[in-house]
Amino acid sequence: MNELHLPWLELCILVPAVSSLWVGRIPDAAQARSAGLAVAGATLFLALAGWIDFESLFSFEAHDHWDVVKSLLGRDEFVIDKLNAPLLPLTALLFFLTMLATPRVKLGKYSFALALLSLSSTLAVLSCKETWLLIALVGVNAIPMYADLRTRKKPTRVFLFHIGLSLVLMVLGAVCYQWSTSDLGRGAGIAMLVAAVLIRSGCAPLHCWISDLFEHAAFGSALLFITPLVGAYATMRLILPIAPDWALRSIAIVSLATAFYASCMAIVQVDSRRFFCFLFLSHSALVLVGLETATPIGLTGALYIWFSVALSLTGLGLTLRCVEARTGPLALNRYHGMYSHMPHLAGSFLMTGLSAIGFPCTIGFTGTELLVEAALDISPWVGGVVVVSTALNSIAILRAYFRIFTGKTHQSTIELGSVRSERIAILTFAFLLIGVGLWPQPGVHSRYDAAVELLGHRDITEIVVPPEGAATH
Amino acid sequence: MSMSQWAQGLGFFTVLCPAALMLLLGFMLLIHRPLSELVLGRWLKASVGVSLICALAVLGIMLATGSRREFVDMGDMVAIDDVHFHFRMKFVFDRLSVPMVILSLVLCGTVGSFGLSYLHRDAGFQRFFMCFAMFLAGMTFASLAGTIETLFLGWELVGLSSALLVAYFHERTAPVANGLRVWAVYRLADAAFLAAAIALHHQTGGGDFSILMGEEPWPAGTASLSSGTALLVGTFLLIAAAGKSGLVPFSGWLPRAMEGPTPSSAIFYGALSVHLGAFLLLRVSPILHQSTLLCSMVVALGLISATFAALAGRVQTDIKSALAFASLTQVSIIVVEIGLGFLYLALIHLIGHACMRSLQLLRAPTLLRDYKTMENAIGESLDHGSPRIIAWLAPSMQRRLYRTAMERGYMDSILDDSVVKPFLRLFSTFDRWERIWTRWLSGLNKNPNSTHSD
Repeated sequence: MNELHLPWLELCILVPAVSSLWVGRIPDAAQARSAGLAVAGATLFLALAGWIDFESLFSFEAHDHWDVVKSLLGRDEFVIDKLNAPLLPLTALLFFLTMLATPRVKLGKYSFALALLSLSSTLAVLSCKETWLLIALVGVNAIPMYADLRTRKKPTRVFLFHIGLSLVLMVLGAVCYQWSTSDLGRGAGIAMLVAAVLIRSGCAPLHCWISDLFEHAAFGSALLFITPLVGAYATMRLILPIAPDWALRSIAIVSLATAFYASCMAIVQVDSRRFFCFLFLSHSALVLVGLETATPIGLTGALYIWFSVALSLTGLGLTLRCVEARTGPLALNRYHGMYSHMPHLAGSFLMTGLSAIGFPCTIGFTGTELLVEAALDISPWVGGVVVVSTALNSIAILRAYFRIFTGKTHQSTIELGSVRSERIAILTFAFLLIGVGLWPQPGVHSRYDAAVELLGHRDITEIVVPPEGAATH
Repeated sequence: MSMSQWAQGLGFFTVLCPAALMLLLGFMLLIHRPLSELVLGRWLKASVGVSLICALAVLGIMLATGSRREFVDMGDMVAIDDVHFHFRMKFVFDRLSVPMVILSLVLCGTVGSFGLSYLHRDAGFQRFFMCFAMFLAGMTFASLAGTIETLFLGWELVGLSSALLVAYFHERTAPVANGLRVWAVYRLADAAFLAAAIALHHQTGGGDFSILMGEEPWPAGTASLSSGTALLVGTFLLIAAAGKSGLVPFSGWLPRAMEGPTPSSAIFYGALSVHLGAFLLLRVSPILHQSTLLCSMVVALGLISATFAALAGRVQTDIKSALAFASLTQVSIIVVEIGLGFLYLALIHLIGHACMRSLQLLRAPTLLRDYKTMENAIGESLDHGSPRIIAWLAPSMQRRLYRTAMERGYMDSILDDSVVKPFLRLFSTFDRWERIWTRWLSGLNKNPNSTHSD
């Protein structure tokens, strides 16, 4: 395997993890924010450098120079490849921008140390390919979120139940698949792995933990826990290489149903956070729909939508968070008329929302086109449901926009406009969403290469025929 | 440099100017540095002016050289050669697109100038012209589109700008609710369009009109699709066109759209946006004429819509709604002409009607004064009588017809009762069940209101 010039991956993981100990000890919230931002910025730099270094090698896969983990465990546990190379800087960027756009009023409530710990664990998950370590890291990734809920004295049972169930199923599935000698045992192992990633991805009907999370956890923490799409990554690493067609179809059917159901639910929400949650669920499910196709074009669409969902919905979530910081929780069953006070945030809301639904000239457009094109290969119905879900999501977004920003004139005696750090975050999102939307070819090319390589690693020759009653077309 | 290359260069600028205006205004708003009214007006006039001059020059070159079609190929926006996936940005100047783009630019220029004075010092001045620039770019893209993807791009820009401008007076709830309604209908129409575009893409591996409609320039092309495929794709396109042009059963949004400021009403619902559906049908006419059944559907839809709009228009109590239904009547007749294969007639009808209706809508705020002037000139009251055919009906039938026309065919209430309310009820119930389940699982009681953290 090729070697990077420096241990970028390990540095990416270690720098925020170690720094979180230091940031956690800073008593002043503003200083903690500055320190957290500096560390997140450094991590972003390291992740970008790793990506550039990897691209310069013209290789499918590479590992760190001076690989400490390899010397300890004897295996390349952390690797960078075509799938995760851009995901690492993307994740670091999302964390950096979320920290940057954290309003002053929330500084006391938002833990930058936990955010750095979460960044470290998420990057570790996204750098890992090996089954057991990946499962362990997916578990570790939930710890900062759990700690956030505990710190706030919020109920944790829903979160623990779903994440725990997902982890147990992952472990059992991996055990069954790896150590079972019978075809039935391996099939059962795959089925358990499928169920595990579906729960972790928030697929219906076991999606309630995400809405619960948004209700009880800090908005920023919840946002950063779900938008890197760890569940989708686990699917790519754990399921795609070994899954027979029936497993992929099962994922796709459940995801398709989730995409449609969540888009309908987004329209009827009266609470802005639940609205965001269902919008996210609908879009993230589309990433998994692309898997079913198991074709280069479908997988390219899915991987491209991954970027679009992560960027657009983090942007949308941050905008919503900024508005909430000024107004408190927003009910969507009445008009708030915030436009005159925060036109910048209104524009950001609209832009990120439209990007998420695949509006032309934005990042989401190409991914949606590719996905629908591939979905039509499977069945016109699949393509139809994707298109209808997107249409419903767009209605939900404009409805929320109108409810929050229009309908009346909000009276306020204080300045509610966006501050400079928020504007920088918004501009960064705008640049990426529209810039990549206008020039999508490099991104598509990169995702196509990743899709081809992922499909090339699919080894289903030893997989048994699906059990009776497995999902079929 | 050949004349064809000149035409391509000029064509490029025809497209570039409106797109650049949209990006400029958007960027300035994004960085919190909106242009002053004066500067914005200059940019708008320059953009429309240069674009119009370039379009006229292309027309001149085409007339001089006898060319019936010129392409401006921007290349592949996305290309995956291994799987033959191409997303091409290509524009075509032909007998359909050149009149349409010139019409769009002339009317946008006129209405833009009108809007600069009309909205002088209005709080939403910047917002209006941002949407206006988006609309202008959308119309230019849609008019000149050489691929179905490019047409879709323009189509979406027009849709978004329309919905936002309907909700222009957004400090009141009615325009906002109407804007959302327009958006919902547009999005359903867009979904049909996207389905058709992807289906065409799927059939031919690309969305290039010159491949889909044959090498012959419009309107002489022949679609390279079987009758069955043409019927499927054509039906989707017909739904898309019906949504965009407000044909039955989507007519409910048209009078609602008049909530916007007069310049946007004139340009959108009198002149251009409302004709975009008819334009789409003209562009894909070779597909429509592959299937007799499809053509019959087009004619039937046009006739039903024309009858409905003529009746509803006669009983409207405000001038903008009356003009909206009058527009719809003419658009429906244009659709009938397309279905019957009178493509040039439909194009001429479209252009003439767009110009006349724009003028009427721009004059709408001074209607009473205009009536007074006319009545003074002729020395008697203007005739507001009903058509003779109505007088032949029984009084009870007249009343029923009047009521139906007044309620705009009950289309909105039927849609609300049969689709919107059951949908909202069903998913609100699911939402309630989800909350109860989550609260039970988390050990909280069922009733407290949701409490947010952070």
